[in-house]
Amino acid sequence: MLKIQNPQIKLLEKLTNAVALPGDEGAIRKIIRAEVGDIADELKIDAMGNLLITKHGKGKNRLKVMLAAHMDEVGFMLVDDEKDGIYSFETLGGIDTRQLVGKPVWVGKEKVEGVIGAAPIHLLDAEARNGKASLKSLKIDVGVGKPKVKVGDRATFATKFLRMGNSIRAKALDDRLGVAILIELLKNAPENIDLLAAFTVQEELGLRGAKIAAHAFNPDLALAVDSTPAYDMPMHDGSENIHYNTKLGEGPAIYTLDGRTLSDPRIIRWLSETGDEKKIPYQYRQPGGGGTDAGSIHLSRAGIPTGSVSVPGRYAHTAMGLCRIKDWENTLNLLHEALCRVSPKILEKNR
Amino acid sequence: MKPLIKKLTETFSPSGYENAIREVIMDEIKDFADEIKIDALGNLIARKGSGGKKIMLAAHMDEIGIMVNHVDKNGFARFASLGGVFPQTLVGSRVRFMNGTPGVIGAHYLKRPIKLIWNKDMFIDIGATSPKNSPVQIGDVAAFDRPFVDLGDRIIGKSMDDRIGVAVLIETLRKLKDTPHEVYFVFTTQEEVGVRGAITSAYGVNPDIGIAIDVTGADDIPEMDTKTIFLGKGPTFKFKDAGSIGDPRLIKHFIKVAEKDKIPYQREVANMGGTDARAIQLTHAGVPVMTLSIPCRYVHSPSEMVDYKDVQNTVKLLVKLLEKNIEI
Repeated sequence: MLKIQNPQIKLLEKLTNAVALPGDEGAIRKIIRAEVGDIADELKIDAMGNLLITKHGKGKNRLKVMLAAHMDEVGFMLVDDEKDGIYSFETLGGIDTRQLVGKPVWVGKEKVEGVIGAAPIHLLDAEARNGKASLKSLKIDVGVGKPKVKVGDRATFATKFLRMGNSIRAKALDDRLGVAILIELLKNAPENIDLLAAFTVQEELGLRGAKIAAHAFNPDLALAVDSTPAYDMPMHDGSENIHYNTKLGEGPAIYTLDGRTLSDPRIIRWLSETGDEKKIPYQYRQPGGGGTDAGSIHLSRAGIPTGSVSVPGRYAHTAMGLCRIKDWENTLNLLHEALCRVSPKILEKNR
Repeated sequence: MKPLIKKLTETFSPSGYENAIREVIMDEIKDFADEIKIDALGNLIARKGSGGKKIMLAAHMDEIGIMVNHVDKNGFARFASLGGVFPQTLVGSRVRFMNGTPGVIGAHYLKRPIKLIWNKDMFIDIGATSPKNSPVQIGDVAAFDRPFVDLGDRIIGKSMDDRIGVAVLIETLRKLKDTPHEVYFVFTTQEEVGVRGAITSAYGVNPDIGIAIDVTGADDIPEMDTKTIFLGKGPTFKFKDAGSIGDPRLIKHFIKVAEKDKIPYQREVANMGGTDARAIQLTHAGVPVMTLSIPCRYVHSPSEMVDYKDVQNTVKLLVKLLEKNIEI
């Protein structure tokens, strides 16, 4: 079994501290190339910026298996200069504006420090205090005299990686965990398959990069590797929590149904059987909404059998998420073991 | 055709889980098609004729259903929907899981059904008392459980949407002796969750013309302000819906054939809904499409009603169309 140890944790630190918003994922691409550029059999960057890396196996009848992890993270874009270092902004990807007031941010490639400002409690009447802050009422404030900050710049939460014992607190765990897992799988690539690793762009804006990556790779089957919310908290009224999505500590989350994909049952079975046999814990993500790159991939060309696996993480799409190192390791191992045993047989029976 | 319709509507196959219905269809068509294929998303693609214009006929074989997303501590299964299921049609409904487990959908009986919320107010009672003795778990899939009913002209069943289209395609394939075209009878998957099967099957077939065969909501019922689509007045030619605009050349041709052979039809303009035509039109460099619909009352309820004459007329029209050249 593969291990998550200091080198892997250091790499995740680098990945989560880097800034890569939809449409500008170069910083992550650079880190990935430094890690696996030398061992790749083929490496390509396509028109939208997807990083497509192929690692060939050996022998006959090799399945072409595509794994996708998105490089982008949710964040902001400055839309109007309101003078004195104050900017109005839009969100890139799904962000709850209630999470934003008072959060420090990094603006632009040079990580200019800023803060998301709003009216202080002293100046709010009761109604405004209880309401939801509208995006219009929030501004990004970088202070005066910052000529490098311009409209069109992207910004993200200024959160530095922190290890907390067996947990990790960081921004952009969605989906730098997936990126880290794909890097590790490329370094430990099974020889029975052709591994097609797609580090995708613009997932948070609608699975855009994965659409063309899947068309280019044209794989036999595919998996999206992502991070999905865990809301495994006690309910305020003591009732049973039936909307947890996933739970920390229970292993990788296998998808059956989300808003964009009905996972291929052959893939669900393959993953769960691998977990059962290799004694790797796993859980089923609660069927419901949301989506991963699988939503684009499975509809590519004449169709691609596709599923998704995620590392559970609390507080997704906020300034900081929290995950368990063991869940990350178990996700890596479930995927690695599953890939090592897969053969064209999986597709013999029709979906 | 009624025994066929009964068999098709009493088969359980919600979106993404179409094996059961595919096997039933396969049995019905295998002696009539020149070639049969199944693609990655499970679409069943049967070809008849070769060399001529490639015409794709699409009827979706999936039906709406539910998927368990939690079994609570008292053994009640909570669920997410597969496709557009209306809460007000659910309370008291029976469902059947793919593993055969029956269940009843419950809710607080005094709550107004229209206000019921997924996975909060409603649940499935499968007779269990804890997750441990529950015969179902997260990810298990069920469809409505209702027998087929024959009222003479009018017939009722669950999943008339779109098993009636499936029946029309099967019957058309059987009756079509000779065609100048290369006709693809495509039984699509995952229509109810966003015409997904049609996206991939259309890419694979790469047709010159696409025709979706589906149901459309009939509004000839009490308490409706306008009545535009009637049971028994023939299939409808869709000028538009929310997903596609019927190619005017195709509609014109359909009207010509229908009038020549005295087959009744209705002109339909819809603001809502969409069919497989929505996906087919956008494949490769674009495909002229149209939707041919069978009027249906109570669409997306467990008891959908169609008129048998409409069904027969749809088959008749399709056979006439496919026997001759289509010049558009």
